[in-house]
Amino acid sequence: MTILSDITVPARAPYSATLKPGQIMRIVDLESQQAVDALFYNAHDTSERYSAQDTLAAQALTGGKFYLETGSILLSNEGRAMVRIIADTCGFHDTNAGACSCESNTVRFGHETRFMHACRENFLTELGKYGMGKRDLVSNVNFFMNVPIRPNGELTVDDGVSEPGGYVELRAEMDVLVLISNCPQVNNPCNGFNPTPIRIIISEA
Amino acid sequence: MLDLDKLTPAQYRARYEALQEAARARAAMPPAPPDTQPLSPASIRKSDSIPPGCYVALRLKRFDTIRITNSSGTPGAALFLWNADDISERYNAGDTVKLQWTTNLTAGRVLFSDMGRVLASITADTGAGHDSIIGPNSPAQSGAGRNGRDNLRLAAAKFGLTRQDVGPALSLFSKIGTDAEGCMHYQGAPPPGAMVELRAEQNLLVALSNTPHALSPVTTATGAIEFAISHSPPGEADLCRHFTDEGMRGFINTDEAFAA
Repeated sequence: MTILSDITVPARAPYSATLKPGQIMRIVDLESQQAVDALFYNAHDTSERYSAQDTLAAQALTGGKFYLETGSILLSNEGRAMVRIIADTCGFHDTNAGACSCESNTVRFGHETRFMHACRENFLTELGKYGMGKRDLVSNVNFFMNVPIRPNGELTVDDGVSEPGGYVELRAEMDVLVLISNCPQVNNPCNGFNPTPIRIIISEA
Repeated sequence: MLDLDKLTPAQYRARYEALQEAARARAAMPPAPPDTQPLSPASIRKSDSIPPGCYVALRLKRFDTIRITNSSGTPGAALFLWNADDISERYNAGDTVKLQWTTNLTAGRVLFSDMGRVLASITADTGAGHDSIIGPNSPAQSGAGRNGRDNLRLAAAKFGLTRQDVGPALSLFSKIGTDAEGCMHYQGAPPPGAMVELRAEQNLLVALSNTPHALSPVTTATGAIEFAISHSPPGEADLCRHFTDEGMRGFINTDEAFAA
């Protein structure tokens, strides 16, 4: 096992990296209850990108859940495997609730929140470095985020359950660009109302 | 002055729980009775029928209403929306369910864009169920046959758009249940005659495809989807504009974009 990169992403900050097939990204929730929003693109043609609906349709048709867990294969909008979750200490990761934005915050939490920092600000900043913009902002994964869908249809953001040092490991199945927003949201419980740093380790066998 | 970046965790939690409580109270109220009055023929600007497996690419003006009827009970119809005046603003499935605290999209609820604005209101619905979590089918389910993903992309192409512009979509007439273990199940084809009516709250580009839901065991459409377009600005007591606090804030954002 060779460590290619080992960095700490400060609270509220963006990050991105490109993985080659077989390389493994470990995302560590250093202090617990920290949501980590992630987008995935084919590094050679970014119009192929992660699709939550393709991923969940494939899972549901094989008896899987509405969330991501060990063994989940994250599919692109062409139905191709992008990354696979190969290890996880948390148990479930959301892919339905999207990433927070200044604009959606006004609706969800009131117009007084409109200038607060948000994941889509992080994503747009990072997308710009790759020549991409708002049209490239699509469905994302929210690692360590607890978003139950209850039998009555209710969808909420509940308290996270990840412990200090908890982690999830992703293995790349293609050359994949990974964008991350270390979520700054304090208006719901996804970060324990206190955003904290995460650690990202990239390795290969 | 309240500095929202400097509250304590307990203060943030109290704010969140108050919003959650209001949303739960709203969701627990009985659904709006469906308004299934026939449209007067004089009010209809355009009506058409989409054969099984086919799609249409439509333009709607703000306050146009499209009534979509599934007379045969075919298992789903795929829908995607863009703001016609800025195609980077488009339907956002995640925001639509998160902002309204529910996956049950029915009369009174709205379809949100990525900009915190309302693209369309659900002004009437017979309650067949509409799913925005798993959504329309794709070649993974249809094989070489017609499917929602490809049809929505084809409709997008008619507006000069590409696969980059098509995000997670809505599958109309698709009832999906979630069990206590976290599995999602298809609840069967909709009843014949199911209807849903959407009012454009912005000038819209609309992709509407007569193709099944991704979890439908029947992967080919079984009958036509009909639609009729009329124009009906909201009245003072409009259901959708007063249904939830979240919706009202979304309409503040929407109307601001159209203020003179």
